[in-house]
Amino acid sequence: MRRLLREPLGVFGLGLVILVVLSAVFADVVTQFDPNRISPRDRFMDPSTTNLLGTDQLGRDLFTRVLHGGRIALYVALVSTAISLAIGIVLGLIAGYGPRWLDNLMILIFDAMKSFPTVMLALALVTLFGPSLTAVMVVVILVNVPGYARIIRTQTIALKSSEFVTAAQSMGASTGRILRVHILPNVIGPIVILASMDIPVVIAIEAGMSFLGLGVRPPTPSWGSILNDGFANIRETPWIAIAGGVPIIITTLGFTFLGETLRDVFDPRLKGR
Amino acid sequence: MLVYATKRLGLAVVIVSVAMLLLFCMIYLIPGDPASVALGPRATDAMKEALRIRMGLDQPIWVQFWNFYSGAWTGDLGVEVLSERPVLTVVLEQLPFTLALIAGGITWSVALGIPLGCWAAVKRGSLADRFVGVVSVAVIAIPSFVIAIYALLIFAVTLRWLPAIGAGDPGDLGDQLIHLILPSLAVGLGWVGYIARMVRASMLEVLEASHIRTARAFGLPERQITYRYALSIAILPTVTLLGVGIGQMLSSAVFAEIVFARPGIGRLVFDAILTRNFPLVTGAVLVTTVLFVLLNLIADLIVGALDPRVRSSF
Repeated sequence: MRRLLREPLGVFGLGLVILVVLSAVFADVVTQFDPNRISPRDRFMDPSTTNLLGTDQLGRDLFTRVLHGGRIALYVALVSTAISLAIGIVLGLIAGYGPRWLDNLMILIFDAMKSFPTVMLALALVTLFGPSLTAVMVVVILVNVPGYARIIRTQTIALKSSEFVTAAQSMGASTGRILRVHILPNVIGPIVILASMDIPVVIAIEAGMSFLGLGVRPPTPSWGSILNDGFANIRETPWIAIAGGVPIIITTLGFTFLGETLRDVFDPRLKGR
Repeated sequence: MLVYATKRLGLAVVIVSVAMLLLFCMIYLIPGDPASVALGPRATDAMKEALRIRMGLDQPIWVQFWNFYSGAWTGDLGVEVLSERPVLTVVLEQLPFTLALIAGGITWSVALGIPLGCWAAVKRGSLADRFVGVVSVAVIAIPSFVIAIYALLIFAVTLRWLPAIGAGDPGDLGDQLIHLILPSLAVGLGWVGYIARMVRASMLEVLEASHIRTARAFGLPERQITYRYALSIAILPTVTLLGVGIGQMLSSAVFAEIVFARPGIGRLVFDAILTRNFPLVTGAVLVTTVLFVLLNLIADLIVGALDPRVRSSF
């Protein structure tokens, strides 16, 4: 932790992340407006002391919507990253420790899944599912799981033939126990760091799909949908687009700078991935 | 080389086949019937049934998969729902626009990324190196659609330097290129970061190599060593990186096409979703997947041709 604080970039990233998390958690305290209350008389108001970022095409306070949008972004990022991690770890352990044919089959499926361009996969799924927060999370999980599982698999294979695993096997430990007690603790550290570095990517997927109108449904505020409102009125009221984009930039930069520094501090071996 | 190329091609075919199987399973397993999705909520049961038979959805699943699979390999992706034109024709019409956009993105990323990475490696540890490092991470992190919108806002709406929408006059190459500048910047900017980092890392490695030391010992000018002997080798991994990058650029291209109102595959799929034109969506996803696997294959073959070590380890 002290080494993290010695890196100026890490401190900067940490600061941005804390700012985003606090403003999402205390959104109700910071502003008194209702993010979804429509008031047609206040449409397209310029930024002022009452409406820090102005209002959108339905007269909703943009600053409030930006803060509440942070909740959606962080919620999607944390929940879907956690789910992808859990699935990826289990599949990776199975592929790495299981029989050879199963390993080959799973690797083939992972590679095939990675060959779909992300947005194309998202678009295809949304056509069937209909736009929703769940659709966004399914896309994130489908995009993340193959990568995580591959990393866990490689590490599991390396550990499988190590002496302490052979010793546990010869003492009659069950496969479940070996995986849980001997392999999992050794593989989980690096993957959690890598997954935390994917958080900005997940936030970008959520914002991107909401920007296309394929993610969070209106009137729920999301940075992507604010950006889309701004894009629709970009010539007359450019501040809406600016208000939607800046939080996305702040959050992705914050998490990335923090993640890069954490990785270098905790696990220099992962550098350059 | 021939053995390597054949093996690599075989793997590509297998991966595309599995991808098709996955795509088919997704369509089949997800609740919701493509026929009712295509017709919308007001369709009668008789209409749905008729379309289902026309789309072959009344047949057993393995027959459906075989039709889909064998059709796809022979280029028959079915007909789209609205105009009843073959899906492949419609997709191939739009493909050149997307490819031009990606080529533009690669141009931007190579033109900016290689000099930046090279500069950082030569000035290793300096302020310039740190600066390039931070900028690389930053452009990788910021999503391409945010870059697209801000580029539109700054250069097209506020400064009015460049056109905001469309792909330009079809007969006028210059006009088309001008229309390509901003969208391809949005597609390629993130990759400036990846390429700069990659070139920096491999430059540092190459600069330690013995042939560089020999060149120094012969007293060649440092400039010549850097650009002629080190950079020409350090650039190699970038080819593989670009092969992978094209898949992500395809994703960014979807956003760039929508923000800048350009024709292309992304726009096509997006519009197809709004009109619930399902065969078109599947067809376009399949074509882009094949394209991605193909470009990866080409990148691997180029690297294999240039570097014998890759061939033998496959």
